[in-house]
Amino acid sequence: MSKKNLLNSKEIHIILHRLACQLIENHDDFKNTVLIGIQPRGIYLAERLVSILKNDYNIKSINLGQLDITFYRDDFRRRGEPLEANKTNINFTVENKNIVFIDDVLYSGRSIRAALTAIQSFGRPSDIELLVLIDRRFSRHLPIQPDYRGRQVDVINKERVTVNWKENNGEDAVYITNN
Amino acid sequence: MSQLSVQHLLGIKHLKKADIDLIFKTADHFKEVINRPIKKVPSLRDITIANLFFENSTRTKLSFELAEKRLSADVINFSASQSSVKKGETLIDTANNILSMKVDLIVMRHPNVGACDFLSKHVDAKIVNAGDGTHEHPTQALLDSYSIREKLGTVAGKKVVIVGDILHSRVALSNIYALKLQGAEVKVCGPKTLIPKYIEELGVSVEYNIRKALEWCDVANVLRVQNERMAINYFPSTREYAQLFGINKKLLDSIGKKIVIMHPGPINRGVEITSDVADADQSIILNQVENGVAVRMAVIYLLAEQIERHN
Repeated sequence: MSKKNLLNSKEIHIILHRLACQLIENHDDFKNTVLIGIQPRGIYLAERLVSILKNDYNIKSINLGQLDITFYRDDFRRRGEPLEANKTNINFTVENKNIVFIDDVLYSGRSIRAALTAIQSFGRPSDIELLVLIDRRFSRHLPIQPDYRGRQVDVINKERVTVNWKENNGEDAVYITNN
Repeated sequence: MSQLSVQHLLGIKHLKKADIDLIFKTADHFKEVINRPIKKVPSLRDITIANLFFENSTRTKLSFELAEKRLSADVINFSASQSSVKKGETLIDTANNILSMKVDLIVMRHPNVGACDFLSKHVDAKIVNAGDGTHEHPTQALLDSYSIREKLGTVAGKKVVIVGDILHSRVALSNIYALKLQGAEVKVCGPKTLIPKYIEELGVSVEYNIRKALEWCDVANVLRVQNERMAINYFPSTREYAQLFGINKKLLDSIGKKIVIMHPGPINRGVEITSDVADADQSIILNQVENGVAVRMAVIYLLAEQIERHN
């Protein structure tokens, strides 16, 4: 097994600040915008971005939610091992809001497809954008592309991209592993 | 663990503690789902479920049907009073005829003990027991425990008294299994004629005095007297039963602590419980009904996960 470091803590720091600035460019004071972290791994990125926006760019209040897509996946009864659901926490209305989905890695696009269906249970948003830290180019199964991307990578299908966060893995880093 | 250890839900007796934990964890997510503006997920789009009710039911049937529809399953309903059972068809024939219409899961209520167990051995579908005679009613016990856990934080270590017609109650037996499995202390209370012999062997204690039982417990689960299952008289009169075992506000206020009141329904107001107790803020009877949908969604979802795909 080989393991290659794609991004270190300093690089991630710079990327997060760039993504935060890009969000401000499009969403101004976030009055009509809600950020939605996709469970299970997108919530860490979403929380980081919110804390940067609040602490470093003086955005007063941002609606942040967490969306679990387990019950909307298209591979129910097609997996060897069943998936466990995670918590959905959206305690505000999304009707006519601008939504930004936030996830760590964009691969096949199937999770985002499920998220697009899932969010409809909470109302009809005005528009939906997608922010990802890592965009795995050339591996999409569906016509889904990010609006904001941290880093685009070309990796072959059997390689795995792992994003570690200080909160739960002890370090900020992105690795490419090959089994 | 992310998978049930059983193939069918025939009774709590066959479950492990980890199964109950998994069902409750999944039910937590479904409880959030059924409180959304759109209360439906697409998971079971390609699953067909038959609800076979050979015995009357309102709450359980509605609750199952709603749970199935919230999961996007296709649902067909059958009640024995309007069916060919009256024309002499056997249970296996009825079930197999329904299964040839490509049904994946059967929810069944039946007046005979062991009917679901029997069916699970003879037909190729997942079976969920929605009550078999005086034997088990597993989803009711699960939703009762789930409601206790929601109200008191945990079931382990809690003292639960089951009051009423223990002899004819499938709710009582399933509740005893479920509560014991989760580490609760269980007592049963009722007229001596309605307490089965050797019930202590299930690890429960018996109390014939309602006041002492209420003083002991954290939760009282009050059951209905099942007159329809009684061929003989087990107590002199309903009025005497209400006086000796009925729970009223005066009795409840006099025990010096606030216990949780539960009832699986249907309530006979003024017999086992008075209206002011049933509607009091310490009663979680309507929470039980809401939780019933979430718990049944969890059970059906987890069993459906095991159904093999044919494509």
